[in-house]
Amino acid sequence: MVVAHDDLQRWHLVALAVTVVVAAAHLAVMPQWRYRVHRWEATASAVYTQAGWFSQERRIAPISRIQTVDTQRGPLEQLFGLSNVTITTASAAGPLKIHGLDRELAQTLVDDLVRAAELTRGDAT
Amino acid sequence: MSSQPQPQRQAAGVDERPAPPAADATPWRRLDPKMLVVQPLREVIRLLPLLAGILLAGSTTGRGGLWGLAGAGVAIVVGLLRWYTTTYRVAAGQVQVRRGLLRRETINVPLDRVRTVDISASPMHRILGLTRVTVGTGQSDLKRDSALRLDGLSAADAERLRAELLRRPDRVAAPSGAGEEVLAFAPPSWARYGPFTLSGFVTVFVVLGFAWRILSEARIDPRRLGPVTAGYRDVAAAPWLGAAVILAVLLALVAAASTIGYLLAFWGFRVVRSPDGSLQVARGLISTRSTTIEERRLRGAELSEPLLLRLVRGARLIAIATGLRVGRGAERGGTLLLPPAPREEAVRVAAAVLRTAEPVAAPLARHGAAAHRRRYTRVLTAWLVIVVVLLALSRLTPLPDWTLVASVVLLPAVAALAFDRYRSLGHALVGRVVVTSRGSLVRRRVMLASDGIIGWNLTRSFFQRRSGLATLVATTAAGRQAYPVQDVALDEAVRVADRAVPDLLAPFLVSEEPDPA
Repeated sequence: MVVAHDDLQRWHLVALAVTVVVAAAHLAVMPQWRYRVHRWEATASAVYTQAGWFSQERRIAPISRIQTVDTQRGPLEQLFGLSNVTITTASAAGPLKIHGLDRELAQTLVDDLVRAAELTRGDAT
Repeated sequence: MSSQPQPQRQAAGVDERPAPPAADATPWRRLDPKMLVVQPLREVIRLLPLLAGILLAGSTTGRGGLWGLAGAGVAIVVGLLRWYTTTYRVAAGQVQVRRGLLRRETINVPLDRVRTVDISASPMHRILGLTRVTVGTGQSDLKRDSALRLDGLSAADAERLRAELLRRPDRVAAPSGAGEEVLAFAPPSWARYGPFTLSGFVTVFVVLGFAWRILSEARIDPRRLGPVTAGYRDVAAAPWLGAAVILAVLLALVAAASTIGYLLAFWGFRVVRSPDGSLQVARGLISTRSTTIEERRLRGAELSEPLLLRLVRGARLIAIATGLRVGRGAERGGTLLLPPAPREEAVRVAAAVLRTAEPVAAPLARHGAAAHRRRYTRVLTAWLVIVVVLLALSRLTPLPDWTLVASVVLLPAVAALAFDRYRSLGHALVGRVVVTSRGSLVRRRVMLASDGIIGWNLTRSFFQRRSGLATLVATTAAGRQAYPVQDVALDEAVRVADRAVPDLLAPFLVSEEPDPA
């Protein structure tokens, strides 16, 4: 395989340009798309989430099957006063995640869910 | 709440209860003293290749051998210490295990969290009348599961512990042996299905690796052995014939190893239903294993048919039970309800275990033309990517001709795969049981009781949304944790989810909202 030095440099530039264009398009499209898709709702009996963009997923779990309710806040999220809530069930396949909630709202949600889940007996499997 | 970014975890009232008072008078029990013999013996056996090498070579050349011996000595001491430090008891509704020398730990598990009890015995265990007891608690944390393993109880102690662990106050103790019902029994003739599982593949390579290690420890160069040199010359003279012969020999070895492996693992395989509401699965010729699955934990069964096994109309059956993960290996981590067997037999056992013949016999609803098309587009896309990569590579560096020839020849096989994958797709709702089927290389028909379903995930990729399809995943605490109904029409997915678990989806189905993207 013989590739001239100039040739190689040109290929590097092409690859760089493609990367920049794809990244810019991704930045312009993905966050907005995600934001439009994201939904969540918690009723007295179940929690529902919808997330994703190119591939989308809706998850639903009954309150009676909730095992733990976690909140996480990364450095950026602390800066903006946001929280992520993760609701796990006894299934390894089914944690529900709600990203970017307002901090107080997240805490209220966590308290409500924990209180509601405590009412159910059994081991939630 | 602190401002630390650490996760804050709140248990929802179902976990962690207080440990029983330490002053409980129940005595702590030890492992069987015969373990003091087993542990050193086991280390010596592990060292056999090294010892054989030393003996064959006639002298201990190099430091490697010495270091190996020193390591074994340390392992033996650690093993002996483990015996002295491990104690267990069943007290105040908990099973407790204490162990560790420098870091003492006590593991408490409430008895109502015990899902399965698994008693196994290696050949050495059997000679000395010992067993190993593994208690499955169904924690999603695998480390906790392995923590509840007591290696080295006498057979009688193990039986007593099993009875203690699975005894429930609400259950009448029945005399053992009375009212037991044999649901399945595997005769040795079923070993004919062994070669179609390819389970011997691993064995053959392990044995070859073992032989290689002995040879290299003994410093024997196999290329200098007479027959090998002669064979090597023949192969070099006719490469195609040589390759065919080697392949045939390997296949024969794998088939033989698979059959032997089948006999070793599944000799006397029996599924027995006890009147106390548990299934006991016993198996094994030299190493034996007996798993107890409580029926109230049983959430369904999975009929699995690998492609090769399907050719000879065989199938195997796997239990879906909470706290019992589907493991790897021929025994599927103790979840196996029937080893590779005639398909009719697997269907019969499924019906017997589930106490209803309907889910396993019911016809399945097909997933329609869109799902059919999607099978072809997905498989062909993967094929196309490979061909494009091959073409790109061939421009950079010369590739052997057969790679491109092979990719063209593979096209019909790829199409057949897509067709078969479509044929496998199906689902049904039979009473309170969700039935779903998919897969070609391994076709799995899953029968999952809807009270074992603890949520739904509805996944739709961009392309699935365009063709009106969705993948509906039932999440559960049992078995593989997630069982998908693949590429089903969206309204059908919602209908199945709504009817299988009533009242869960209803509040969210008020109106048909337009897709947000």
